[in-house]
Amino acid sequence: MAKEGKKLRESLARTRGSFFGQIAGLLGASEVNDELWDDLEALLIQADVGMDTTLSLVETVKGQVARQGITKASRVQHVLREEMLALLDANGSEPSVLERKRLLTVILVVGVNGSGKTTTIAKLAHYYQKQGQHVILAAADTFRAAAIDQLKVWGERVGATVIAHRPGADPGAVVFDAIKSSQARGAEMVIIDTAGRLHTKYNLMKELEKIRGIASKQVHQAPHETLLVLDATTGQNALNQARHFKESVGLTGVVLAKLDGTAKGGIVFAIARELGVPVRFVGTGESIDDLARFDAQTFVDGLFET
Amino acid sequence: MFENLQDKLQGVFQRLSNRGKLSEADVDVALREVRLALLEADVNFKVVKDFMRRVRERAVGVEVMRSLTPAQQVVKIVNEELMATLGEPARLNLDGPTPRTIMLVGLQGSGKTTTASKLALFLRKSNHRPLLVAADTRRPAAIEQLQVLGRQLDIPVHVEGVDVPPATICARAIKKARQGAHDVIILDTAGRLHIDEALMDELAQVKSTTHPQEVLLVADAMTGQDAVQVAENFHQRVGLTGLILTKIDGDARGGAAISIRSVTGVPIKFLGTGEKTGDLEKFHPDRMASRILGMGDILTLIERAESALDQEKAQRAGERLLAGEFNLEDFLEQLSEVKKLGPLGQLLEMVPGMAKVSRDLPSDLTDHQLRRVEAIISAMTMAERRNPKILNASRKRRVARGSGTNVQEVNQLLAQFRQIQRMMKQLGRAKGPSGLAKMLGGFR
Repeated sequence: MAKEGKKLRESLARTRGSFFGQIAGLLGASEVNDELWDDLEALLIQADVGMDTTLSLVETVKGQVARQGITKASRVQHVLREEMLALLDANGSEPSVLERKRLLTVILVVGVNGSGKTTTIAKLAHYYQKQGQHVILAAADTFRAAAIDQLKVWGERVGATVIAHRPGADPGAVVFDAIKSSQARGAEMVIIDTAGRLHTKYNLMKELEKIRGIASKQVHQAPHETLLVLDATTGQNALNQARHFKESVGLTGVVLAKLDGTAKGGIVFAIARELGVPVRFVGTGESIDDLARFDAQTFVDGLFET
Repeated sequence: MFENLQDKLQGVFQRLSNRGKLSEADVDVALREVRLALLEADVNFKVVKDFMRRVRERAVGVEVMRSLTPAQQVVKIVNEELMATLGEPARLNLDGPTPRTIMLVGLQGSGKTTTASKLALFLRKSNHRPLLVAADTRRPAAIEQLQVLGRQLDIPVHVEGVDVPPATICARAIKKARQGAHDVIILDTAGRLHIDEALMDELAQVKSTTHPQEVLLVADAMTGQDAVQVAENFHQRVGLTGLILTKIDGDARGGAAISIRSVTGVPIKFLGTGEKTGDLEKFHPDRMASRILGMGDILTLIERAESALDQEKAQRAGERLLAGEFNLEDFLEQLSEVKKLGPLGQLLEMVPGMAKVSRDLPSDLTDHQLRRVEAIISAMTMAERRNPKILNASRKRRVARGSGTNVQEVNQLLAQFRQIQRMMKQLGRAKGPSGLAKMLGGFR
């Protein structure tokens, strides 16, 4: 956990330098005045936190500051940090369902096109294999050209079996087969790679519900984890994505991918606030080890470190 | 949560509607809403600030046109500025000696490979002989993906494997293109972070060896505030000549287009509108502007309707409709025409002010109801369709059985139909189509 925390902090270093470093600088010395609030608002919006969540955060902090009679801007940082942490912690405090022991754990991975699902799945497989789990991958993205090949290459790299049909095959059948063969081989976890789909495509969302249904019929309470992979570069649309995917297949968590760029991923605050979906993992690079458990404390601390 | 700008401005309109001039206060009230709309649409914060300043300068003191309310006048100015920022749609630059080279660059997952194949198809349709080049040696199976797409389109793909430097691959592809009489080469490069020095160097190298006519940034329409940094970095390192905005078929407002245009000044060349290789469309600044402002995409809807509907049939039905002669037979015909346009929910989203309604409406419900209506009418005889009044209890029972519904539903449909007839008669008496045209032309 400590090592992972370090990795998350490192990946946020750029974020910090370019942006949240500014908050810290901003909140360093001066007095509490209108300019401070405007700047604060500006900085949150620029982190893709979104208007509603930004305004709500600023209002809450303002209220706290008034109640506690805070006059120093530096104290405001502390209050804001606590509020941001509370937002993320409100849903993420209960332990991940994956910590529980069961015969076969099914993880369903969903998301829009190009968010980073396949890469994230490879990292997840590697992550759980390191913990001694026998992981099987289900290549249920039968739509995109060479998506199956892509997963197979990753499967080879991380040493996980990939269950695949031909391109264009029924993704539900792939899931069925993958679960059956996981049971036969005594695997402990199956991770399902689904085709990227825009949340506004009705038929594709229905297909996803069907895939989910097949998994839940094969294994008790499956899928045990349904993860939405979000590109950290995404703006306010991420909230719509999360809302639609949650409605159709019920999300248990978010994986924030591509956090190694300059994008801040601030939309997770809005997702936590409005939908109550916690962040589970963050993707911090292109190599197989670049996946860290999301830790709200580390995340918020990282944002405020100077 | 994010209501549509249209809804919000309606409130503003009401508050301002009685005044006849644009005072500073008027402008500021209206602009506050516009600012929110732009930020919610992911236009970069600093770009919004700059934009608001320009609009304010133009708007304050302006004489309100007689046909507009003050708020509409503000929106008109906002719209004009937005369109100016978005710029005119630009064509591909295919000048110079063959083979001409188009280089696609962008972040991971922005849609370069799919776009490459779409561009190739587009070029072939306009009588070019494109060659696709698999220069993404990093992502697993990226080469295979391009090969599969090339095979589907029957467009050749130049492939050398993952161990050859991309610049070398591209240089050899140019040679091969000359031999194979290809006149356009499309380079599909690996997705990369704009701050990855080594990979950006690699991209600069590809550019200096291939001298591309076009260096197009492929950017996801869902990109947030970071679009500015991404575009700036790519522009600095490889000198962009244009932008392709992808995944525009989702519900992202696409404010990134404004951000990227503002910092690079390069024109928007195409929009990616779906997963199929034909889903590449021209960019229309007016539509993009209303989309970013959250005013719906009525023009796309109209265009789609124009291309899908049988004009003559529609006109005939329209005339009969207004004359009050519209019968169930016409209704059935109209239903099947409307269905050609796509799912109802999707249609509603394009209508200003309706996006919110359609979000609350389960789309299966509406389409499901449409199917039932179709079934009921189909189960009627021609005589019954032309003159629904002859439907007595026994006929209704037969229709219900025949359509797999019940008498109640048949009655419901008939009642609704009578209501529509009445409404249309009134509309026809009132003004005819000019009223409708006025409604649609509100913001132009």
